[in-house]
Amino acid sequence: MSGRVLVGVKRVIDYAVKIRVKPDHSGVVTEGVKHSMNPFCEIAVEEAVKMKEKKLIKEVVAVSCGPQQVQETIRTALAMGADRGIHVEVSAKEYESLGPLQVSKILAALAKKEEAQLIILGKQAIDGDCNQTGQMTAALLDWPQGTFASEVTLEAGHVKVVREIDGGLETIKINTPAVLTADLRLNTPRYATLPNIMKAKKKKIANVKPADLGVELASKLQVLRVDEPPQREAGVKVESVDDLVGKLKEAGRI
Amino acid sequence: MHCVALIPVQNGGLKKAISAFTSLCGEDGVSTGETVREQHGRDESVHRSDFQNILAYFSIAFTYRCSGVPHTFMFETSSLHYFDNRTINMYVYTKCTKKTVLLYRCRPPDVVVFPRCVEEVSALAKICYRHNLPIIPFGTGTGLEGGVGALKGGVCFSLRKMDQVLDVHQEDFDVTVEPGVTRKALNSYLRDTGLWFPVDPGADASLCGMAATSASGTNAVHYGTMRENVLNLEVVLADGSVVHTAGKGRRPRKSAAGYNLTNLFVGSEGTLGIITKATLRLYGIPEAVVSAVCSFPSVQAAVDSTVHVLQAGVPIARIEFLDDVMVDACNKFNSLSYPVTPTLFLEFHGTEDSLDEQVRTTEEITSANGGADFQWARDEGTRARLWKARHDAWYAALALRPGCKAYATDVCVPLSRLPHIIVETKEDLIQNGLTGPIAGHVGDGNFHCIMVLDPDDSDEVQRVHQFTERLARRALALEGTCTGEHGVGLGKRALLREEMGPGAMGVMQSLKESLDPKNLMNPGKVL
Repeated sequence: MSGRVLVGVKRVIDYAVKIRVKPDHSGVVTEGVKHSMNPFCEIAVEEAVKMKEKKLIKEVVAVSCGPQQVQETIRTALAMGADRGIHVEVSAKEYESLGPLQVSKILAALAKKEEAQLIILGKQAIDGDCNQTGQMTAALLDWPQGTFASEVTLEAGHVKVVREIDGGLETIKINTPAVLTADLRLNTPRYATLPNIMKAKKKKIANVKPADLGVELASKLQVLRVDEPPQREAGVKVESVDDLVGKLKEAGRI
Repeated sequence: MHCVALIPVQNGGLKKAISAFTSLCGEDGVSTGETVREQHGRDESVHRSDFQNILAYFSIAFTYRCSGVPHTFMFETSSLHYFDNRTINMYVYTKCTKKTVLLYRCRPPDVVVFPRCVEEVSALAKICYRHNLPIIPFGTGTGLEGGVGALKGGVCFSLRKMDQVLDVHQEDFDVTVEPGVTRKALNSYLRDTGLWFPVDPGADASLCGMAATSASGTNAVHYGTMRENVLNLEVVLADGSVVHTAGKGRRPRKSAAGYNLTNLFVGSEGTLGIITKATLRLYGIPEAVVSAVCSFPSVQAAVDSTVHVLQAGVPIARIEFLDDVMVDACNKFNSLSYPVTPTLFLEFHGTEDSLDEQVRTTEEITSANGGADFQWARDEGTRARLWKARHDAWYAALALRPGCKAYATDVCVPLSRLPHIIVETKEDLIQNGLTGPIAGHVGDGNFHCIMVLDPDDSDEVQRVHQFTERLARRALALEGTCTGEHGVGLGKRALLREEMGPGAMGVMQSLKESLDPKNLMNPGKVL
């Protein structure tokens, strides 16, 4: 096995920012807004770096798809301990319609090219909340998948994954190569330290075009409209049970 | 019932002010709702209904309704007073009747405003100034000394809508923040830069609020307190004027220009002005961290080790002391098995190489002082386990007596006096049958007794109050201070007078009168 792990990292609007919808309802405001690495991607990077520190794997490669700015996100992954980066160049225009299907095609192609042993992704991005890329990538590669991972144990030729599911925790054993997606409790990502940020500047980021990987970016999906959730209205106090029943009837609830 | 004066409330002025506030801030920028006002009249202090008895010195103004007409009842007092206003009748018992009854839960302001920018803060302050309304700045309400109680009613300025991190200058290691930014939010914002703001009081407090109370944290021994880490402040005075304490937008790492106004406002607890921006000093996130624990046969041995470690030039990041009672509580709470003796929890920050040396030097020092069971860890999981005892100290103390509440004392003395004061304090606790496990930032000579008490037992409440007074006076007698990090707030005003003496108090009083001649800024606190 190559001992190489591919980690996908997505640049998203920082989780602490208050999202605002554009006046033309075509999307959300991204200009001048703080962006950072998707929190679940941070967890994925942390898991890969931990594996490398335990000498279970040899190399961590951080991948991101998008315009120039995503290089910042790759640099953060490098500062956290990834060895090198791959920037899949997508123009700003194409990026607007870039979705899980296209990204998984790109990741599948890269995984084959890099002979990756594992692909680790965040379970979902906090902007799209799709929760599809990991699963689609596994399907395209015909690899097993360990999604919603809260614990990962790498052994010779296979991985034991504890998955967070509705009923509790499910433990599965899948063969490598495989795709894993990180859930919240998998680990606590480290903060990049200044010295590591400095060191990361010297690590290499390769540029690749989707066409070089044989991937078509055209999307069959079109966003029609984006709206804010309805504003929460003030509650109404009632003085008696009869009042309550009356108001519920008025609202057509009973 | 003893009354000094019965003055009807000036309702007219308040109504006009409120309508002016609303035209300025909009409908959702002003609130007179009872719940909102109550939320903004309290903090995490023990100066709540159950513990009001601990307050010794305060001036009170409260309003009660008699036949639907509001009256304001005001009196200055220098002795314990208790009153119950759970009914429309308010009963006040003075010390001569010696009766103790529960106090009103908190001091709500008359109205809460939510300004969005410094221009609004200034305009709101001008309105308050015109109508002589008290102004109480409010950050996160996580203070521990009752600093946000609106003793004379007035206007609470909740600054939470001003929540932007304004300018991060990575190469200059500084950042400017608005009052709604808390320390954890800032560190999360900075996480990609490799920088952090290390002052870490227990709560996730507003940074400007931390500046106002001169807060400190567990790693002050290495990184300093707010006093050392605020470069510049933007402050709005009671009359609405906006002042930049080090000049607008300036952020040199040091300066010899003029009076140190920045540090005048740091620690002023909202009594001189409203802080609307703070420029803070940042540090690099340490490359590596090692944590260690060590047990000692005596308090003296633990403190001696601390002194020697500092003297050896080890740039130790955290050095926390837990006494045997606290260690016992932590053992019980977390099912641990630390030896039940004075214990030090240590943390080292640095490069991989320097850490080895720091740990080795420290281990030699501790064992030379009789320390045993020196354990240390590099990886995060083991470190977290080692330090869990210290992190859960508050809850472990509470768990000693379920159903009780806790109050943390806070004194600070020169290091060499620490063994003396801790030993005497422990004797005091035993003699008076009080539960007070001790946890302290021993590297600064600062420690807290976590007083666990039954709020309904007025005798115990009284004894705790007297104990904290004795403790503060003990610290003063040992050349220390009555408050290391929590501030003066409501309850330590008399102690401040004893600590500073008439000369310094006179200067403080003149400064207060010059900056706030109408005494509108958080009246009844600090001075």
